[in-house]
Parts: sequence; C-alpha cells; structure tokens
Amino acid sequence: MWLWFAKLGSPRWFYELSDKWLPWLYLSMLIMMSIGLFWALLIVPEDYQQGQTIRIMYIHVPVASISLACFPLMAVAGTITLVWKMKLADMVAQSVAPIGAWFTGLALATGAIWGDQIWGTWWAWDARLTSLLIQFFLFIGVIALRSAIDSTDAAAKACAVLAIVGAINVPIIKYSVDWWNTLHQPASNFSMDPVSPNPPEVWVPLLVMICAVYIFFAIALILRTRNEILQRERRSQWVIDLVAREKNV
Amino acid sequence: MFAFQFSSLSEFLQMGGVYTFHIWAVYLLFAVFIGYNLLQPKMVRRHFLREQKRRAARDEELASKTNTQK
Amino acid sequence: MNNAREIQDIKGVSTWSAFCATLRRDLVIALKRRNDLLNPIMFFLIVVSLFPLGISPDPVELSRVSAGVVWVSALLASMLSLDNLYRADYEDGSLEQLLLSPQPLYFLVLAKNIAHWLISGLPVVILSPLLAYMLYLPSEAYWTMVLTLLIGTPVLSLFGSIGVALTVGLGSRGLILAVIVLPLATPVLIIGAKAVTDVMVGLPVGSHFALLGAILALALTMAPLASAAALRISVN
Repeated sequence: MWLWFAKLGSPRWFYELSDKWLPWLYLSMLIMMSIGLFWALLIVPEDYQQGQTIRIMYIHVPVASISLACFPLMAVAGTITLVWKMKLADMVAQSVAPIGAWFTGLALATGAIWGDQIWGTWWAWDARLTSLLIQFFLFIGVIALRSAIDSTDAAAKACAVLAIVGAINVPIIKYSVDWWNTLHQPASNFSMDPVSPNPPEVWVPLLVMICAVYIFFAIALILRTRNEILQRERRSQWVIDLVAREKNV
Repeated sequence: MFAFQFSSLSEFLQMGGVYTFHIWAVYLLFAVFIGYNLLQPKMVRRHFLREQKRRAARDEELASKTNTQK
Repeated sequence: MNNAREIQDIKGVSTWSAFCATLRRDLVIALKRRNDLLNPIMFFLIVVSLFPLGISPDPVELSRVSAGVVWVSALLASMLSLDNLYRADYEDGSLEQLLLSPQPLYFLVLAKNIAHWLISGLPVVILSPLLAYMLYLPSEAYWTMVLTLLIGTPVLSLFGSIGVALTVGLGSRGLILAVIVLPLATPVLIIGAKAVTDVMVGLPVGSHFALLGAILALALTMAPLASAAALRISVN
C-alpha cells in the first residue's frame, strides 16, 4: 500500500500512466459528449415554462457543479503537498487553479445568459451566482499568488495554505450568501434543481452531460499536469530521452 | 419519448425563435471553452518540446566544438 | 508539575509572558509611529465621506446605504493597515527571531493580530457612530452597528494576517494582498452589514450575532495557525 502511495508521488510514473489513459478518456468523452449534446439539443422536449431555453441547462448545470469540485480538490492536493511533500500533488494543485477559474467563469457566463431569460436581466445578485463570483475571485487570488512567488517550493506551500483556508471559507461564503439573499426576496418558484419534479427524459441527458464534462475536466487536468511535469523535470534523464524520441514538433 | 423536437434544420437553428441568441451563445461559449482547454496544453507542450530540442542541439554543438578544439 | 516548571525555566519565558511581550512591543512601536496609527482612521473617514459625494446628499437614500458604506469602508481601512503587520518585522529580521522562539507561534501571531486590531480596528469601531450620524443612520441601529463592527473587525485582522503572512516575502506585492484577502472577508461583510440593515427595518438580529460570533471563534482558533504556517513558508 505504501509502495503504491510512493509510486503515485512519482511524476514520471504518472506521466507514463496517463499516456495509456488519455486515449480512452478522449474516446469516452467523445462518445458521452456526442450523445449528451445530441440528446440535449434535439430530443429533450420543450419545457412548459421555459420553452427551448431548457437546453441551456445542459451546459450550465454540469459546468457549475464541477466548478464547485475544483476548490476542494485543490485543498486536498495542497494538504498532500504540505504533509507528504509530494511533488505531483502540487503540480495537480497548480493545474486545477486555472481550470477551476475557467469552469467558474463559464458557469457565471452561462448563468448570466440563462438569467436574462429567467429574471429578464443579465445579472442578478442571486445567491448562486454571487457565491460563484466570489469563488472565481478566490481562484484568481490563488493564481496571482502562485505567479507572484518565484521559488517553486515556496509557491507550492503558500498556495497550499491559501487553498486550504479558501476551501474552509467556500462553504461559509456559500452559506452566508444564501442566507443573505433568501431573506431579501422569497426563493423564486423556478427551481434550478434538475432532479425535482422533472421526468427522466429531462434529467437522464443531464446526467450524461455531467459525466461528459467530468471526463473533459479530467482530460484538461491531466494535460496541464503533464506539461507541468515536463517543465519541472526537464533536467532529468527520462524527460531528455522523451524529448529526443519526439520527432517533428 | 425519443422523438425529434424539430422538423427541419432551419427550425432547429431558430430554437423556437424567441431565445435563439441565448441558446446558441451558451453552446458557442461551451465550444470555445472545450477547445481552448484542450488546445492550450497542446500548444504549451509543443512549445516546450521545441525549446528543449533547440537547447539539446545547442548543447551538442558546443560539446562537439570543444572536442575538436582539443 | 515541577518538571513542567523546570522545562519552562529552560525555555526562558512562559508562553503567556511571551504573548504579553509581543503584544506590548507591537503597541509601543505603533504608538511611536503616529502616521501608521492615524492613516487607517483618516482613510476610513475619507472613504466614508466620498460616498455622499458619489451617491447623493439625500438623507433617505444615504440612510439606506449607510450600513453597507460604513462596513465596506471599515473593511478597506483594515486592508490598508495590514501591510504594517509583518512588513517592518520582516525587513529588520525580528520576524525571524519570532519564528525561532521556543514558544508556540500560534500565540505570538495571535498577539500580533490583537495588537493590529487594537491599532487599526478599534479606532474605526469607536469612530463609526460619528460617521453613521453623518450618513443619517437611524438611531436605533447605532448599537447594532458598533457591536457588529466590534465582533467583525477582529475577524478582518485575523483573515488579513493570513494574506500578509503569505505575501510578506514578495518584492512586488501590488494588489495581490487585496485579491487574496477580500474574498475571504465577504461572509463577515454580508452578515455585519445585513444585521444593521435588518435592525433598521425592525427585524430581530440575534441569529446575525450568533453567526458573527461563530465566525470570530473559528477565525480565532484557525487563522493564527494558518498565519503561522504561512510565515514559516515565507521566511526562509
């Protein structure tokens, strides 16, 4: 068990393993995404309240739900960095931050577009949108801190501390924002909750899309982590060999 | 349950007419997002490989020069 | 018991006296540097007086936003003064001495944070009724505002301390401190400002104070730990 753990920390091991994984991940993403998009765009029936704009949900909800997973993931990676000094964990943490910012940004943008239809305005200080916005700021803070510190080692630890502090704060922020807004205006009778009174033909494609976007998230994370591994290990022999093997780039 | 909601391509592109722009804007953003996050790492990787190759070539050249000088 | 006393003797000073010494030292330094002491208060005053110029002199409109204005300005004032927290100590090397001392760093950091709050937070709290009066805050909301600030501003100091500790070693910090710390401060701002506005419309605010108190308790226990860890990373 500990051998496995030690192996996991080795960037080279991860790099070579991900070589084998990536084709399968690409394939499954392609299949899931095609099914999901086809279903969402062509087959899902019109919603009696929202009409065709129900199709926005199939992008917004998967992206938003995965954006919520990024900060905890970064905090876990940060904890591993601080406790076991595992290099790979920090590379993952570094790669999650921009991806998390992208996911949160897209969730905000699609939420705003959807909001124009639901609330008749591009931006509302809706609890969910607001807490996403603050989470977006937190990601920007982590990225800014990382780029401000020159030493890789110090940056890794500093970002790990910030990620843990942020991850403790994210639920508090979310809770306080929910509480702040729900007292102001009664919760709108439109529920964004996808699995409430809706029939399976609405939520099954949503599930497919969530899986597809999750796989996409994994691919994006692995690709960035691989680049980070190459960059940081560029002086080790296996990377030099790898560069030599690589033809016509 | 598995019936197509649109009878023609133009009807599909119209998306009911009222919120055509909203729906397609969301899907366009999603496409840009997927495309960027897949292509950006590829570009970084290619840039890195080029850089390392150039460096390796330069090192080799330097090594051969010092050898001939000897 | 005796054994513990001996160990204490070996280590020189007890944690409590180290805590007091750190607190006293920071306060003395702050009192010697009048500008650092005055700047946050002046900043608070100026920012608050900019709002009527930007919004309108209308009493009804101003009283509606007054709670938020006072809270946001207090947040910014606390932010501005954060830089003094570790910067000078880092530059003259006394921060390293602090890290090397045998006493738990948690208490020393806590002492520094309390000193920072006494210097920058407390004056803002004391000054806030005056500014609230200028912004036509209804009189029934005064006590709530002072009390929320009294509970809330220490949290700002404690959270801010983490941000400063993370960035203290950096040459060009620019706005990075604000980018890191301000999102963390949002819960306090939300709850504090909302308590004041709720009192203005006659709603009960017990739960607001409970939440603020819970956040303060969490910040008191966790934030100095994070600051201490961050300081050890930054000073290397």
